[in-house]
Parts: sequence; C-alpha cells; structure tokens
Amino acid sequence: MMRIVRPVVTISGLLALWHGAYLLNGRRSYLLPSPWETLQTGVARFDSLWGHALVTWGEILLGLMLGTLLGTISAVVLVSWATARRWLMPLLVVSQAVPVFALAPLLVLWLGYGLGSKVAMATLIIYFPVASAFLDGLRRTEPGWLDQARMMNAGRWATLWHLRLPAALPALASGLRVAAAVAPIGAVVGEWVGSSAGLGYLMLHANARMQIDVMFAALALLAVFSVALYRIVDAAMRRLVSWQTETNA
Amino acid sequence: MTPDGQSTTDHFSDPTAQAGAGLGVRLSGAHLSYDDTRLFDDLSLTLTAGRMTVLLGPSGVGKSTVLRLLAGLEDGAHARATIRCDDGGPLTGRVAYMAQRDSLLPWASVLDNAVLGARLRGEPLGPARDRARALLAEVGLGDRLVDRPGALSGGMRQRVSLARALMEDRPVVLMDEPFSALDFLTRLRLQDLTARLLAGRTVLLVTHDPLEALRMGHAVHVLHGRPATLDEALVPPGAPPRDPTDRDVLALQGELLHRLTGAGHGGAVA
Repeated sequence: MMRIVRPVVTISGLLALWHGAYLLNGRRSYLLPSPWETLQTGVARFDSLWGHALVTWGEILLGLMLGTLLGTISAVVLVSWATARRWLMPLLVVSQAVPVFALAPLLVLWLGYGLGSKVAMATLIIYFPVASAFLDGLRRTEPGWLDQARMMNAGRWATLWHLRLPAALPALASGLRVAAAVAPIGAVVGEWVGSSAGLGYLMLHANARMQIDVMFAALALLAVFSVALYRIVDAAMRRLVSWQTETNA
Repeated sequence: MTPDGQSTTDHFSDPTAQAGAGLGVRLSGAHLSYDDTRLFDDLSLTLTAGRMTVLLGPSGVGKSTVLRLLAGLEDGAHARATIRCDDGGPLTGRVAYMAQRDSLLPWASVLDNAVLGARLRGEPLGPARDRARALLAEVGLGDRLVDRPGALSGGMRQRVSLARALMEDRPVVLMDEPFSALDFLTRLRLQDLTARLLAGRTVLLVTHDPLEALRMGHAVHVLHGRPATLDEALVPPGAPPRDPTDRDVLALQGELLHRLTGAGHGGAVA
C-alpha cells in the first residue's frame, strides 16, 4: 500500500510546489508555465515531442548498453592482466580528469550531428563509473574464497569466472545504478552541442523561441524516462544480487 | 598406520576408497615472524597417517599459520616451513581445507557450494552432484539442497563446508577452528559427525577449545608462549569422538587448561 501512496504523495507535492511557484511568480507563463499549461502543451504537441523523445531515449539506452559493455570488459581485462593494469589504470583515472562535456563539441565534429556523437557521449559518461565499480569489486574478493579455490586446484580463469565475477556483481550493480542516473546527461549535452533531433535539441530550439511550455514538457518527458530507467535498472540489479540482501538481512 | 576401528557405511568416507590409509605428513623448521616479533621458530609437527592431530593454543599464537603453511597458503613473506610426506610426494593437491568462518558462496545453493571444487576444476558436474547429494544427506541436509547459505543456521553452514571438504576426497584434511562460531550443543553434534566422517583420514584440527581437542584428537599438541613452542603430544585414552562427560576427558581438560594458562605468556584461554 505504501509503495503506491508514497510516490503519489511525492509527485502531488512536487506539482503543488510547482504550481505555487507559478502563482508566486504572478502567473507569468512565459517565464514559468503552470503544470496544467505544460500538460496541455504536451498533449497538443504530442507527436513532435514523442518523436524527439524516442530519439533521446534511444541514445540513452544505446549509450548505457555500450558503456556497460566496455566498462565491464575493461574491468575484467584490468583485473586479470597485471601489465594492462599498470599501464592503463593511470590512463583511466586521467581520462576522468578531462570533463566529458568539454569533449562534446569534438565528438560532434568527429561523429556528426546524428546518433553517433550522442551515444558516444552517453557511453563515455557511463564507462567510468561502471569500470571502476566493477574493477573494485573484482579486486575485493573475499580472501577465504580464494584460499578455498587454491586448495581446490582451481585455474585462474575458473576462479575469475566462478568466484570473482559473481562476487563482484554487487559492486557492478552500484556502478550501473550510477550509470543509469547519469546516462541522460550525456545524451542531452550531446544534443545541446549539435543535433537535429532529440529532446535536448527541442529544448534548445524552444528556448530560442521563448516557448517555455515546450521546454517544460520536454523536461518532464526526460524526467519520467530517467526515473523509469533508474527504477528498472535498480530492480534488475536487486534480482541479480538477491543473495546479497539475504545475507545482510 | 590403520584407520581406527570406526567403520562407516558410506563409501565416500571410506578411507580405502581413494584416500588410501591416510598420509603421514611432517612439518619442520616452521618459522613465523612479523617485523621484529618472532611468533615461532624451528617448530616441528607430525601428522600421523589416518589420525586426527589437534593443535590447541590461545588466540594469536600462530596456530592458524601452522595450518596455512601445511595448506601451502602462506606466500613465504612472514612464514616458511619444510613439509615432507611419508610417500615422498608433494602435499600440494592432496589437501582439503575447512576454514574458520564458513567460506560458502552466498549466491550459490547448498548443492552448488558442495560441488564447487568440481566446477572450479572443470570436472563433469553430473557425477559430482550425485556424490554431493549423498554426502549432504549424510550430514543431514538432504532437504536443503536448493537453499542458499543465507537461509541456513551456522551449524548447517559448517555442515555444508564439511560436505564440501569431503567432496574433495583428499587424504589430508586441514580444519581451522571449524566449530568456534557455534553454540555448545551444535558444536558437540558437529564434532561427532566430523569424527565419524573423517575417520581414516589424516586430519589437523586447529582449535582453542580444550574440550574439543580432547573429544576429537588422537593426539593433542599445545602451542603456547612467545616464541611459541609445541608440547609433547597428549594422547587421550579411547577412540574419538569421546564422551564430553567422561571422567578421564574432564581430568585431562584440567591438565590442558593448566598447560594453556600455566606455561608461557599465552595466558588467556579463549
């Protein structure tokens, strides 16, 4: 019961706050439209909004998949190959010192105005949290389990596959939750820098034409998708590492 | 050396099945030091074939390290020793290990935990599972095969560990305080079960519990002092597992307590 009540209360509260701000602001819809006006705009321009939303959502999902794939592979390579770790770890850390946003113009220049540059942005922003969280997990296998594996004459790869990987799944899950939360940022920033479609593009376009209600409708769609994405990833991770809550209970 | 008179019906714990009549092992010149502190130096310990040798000592005396030296788990940075087997072969690969805390994998079922060794070595899982089912039934967990360790009590978890150690079917079994986290009655039951299932194997049991040492050991060594020295083995009368209320056992418990607290600096009995 509370599972339904809580979000309803939260969402109504936020909408009330929004509407309160609208009233306080003297109902100047050209600065801050009311929730109701935003909804009306959303319905009226649904076709256009939906088309742009699909583009952005696609970019986010592709980026999430690609970033997760690259991040997990990197972590496995780094943990199982000491030479790679020594050479690449500093590089990995330095790569994070370069703000991904600063790369956005370059990516647009290299990969064009289309899907590619946005997926690359989202991938880049997701890659690091996934790789570092998973690597951390892989390097912190319970020593007792590794002792046990040695006594069982287990090979390196068998130990990695049957012990270290499953043991690192909770850490990977934390990384993926962060990734799911930041993935939309990458896609939208990419769209702001240069694009011809997507919610970011629509917002920039609407902003220039003082169509604040369109901006808000786009923002709302983005927020709904981001929250849904986070919840889905979170639920999937809970299922994946259900044993962890069991032992911590 | 022959296994003691306890015959078991199940062929997995039959020492003649694969493990042979146990394997005698001698550890000598064992050394352990951290920085400037020598915990022990030139220590020797003999594990008689087919018998359970108990190493009793207070916490922090280095008894787990003796066990880890035999297991080959020490990397030589702090501890080293020479290990010889009766048959001249290496000990590596012929040892099963049961740790202090249950080292079961929390994501794997009881059955999957029991067949971990086979899985890690890439052996066919079918036969391993059949054997594991029989062994788990033997330790009283036949109806908990699909449960995860989180759903089991501490005693049950150690029984899975025991089954997993038996799955390895090695002539030598090393046990590092396997029952120390259990309540008294559970501990007694597990000691009985363990003595029965490990009969005929060469076992080293490390413990800080004098009663456990007396119930389980064919020979009991006390490790105490700093640097630690090993007492002449105490050989309790009768075959393990001995009755904890037995007069001789209780008298010897007094003797062991005296050795633990009286001699050396290791004053505390955990």
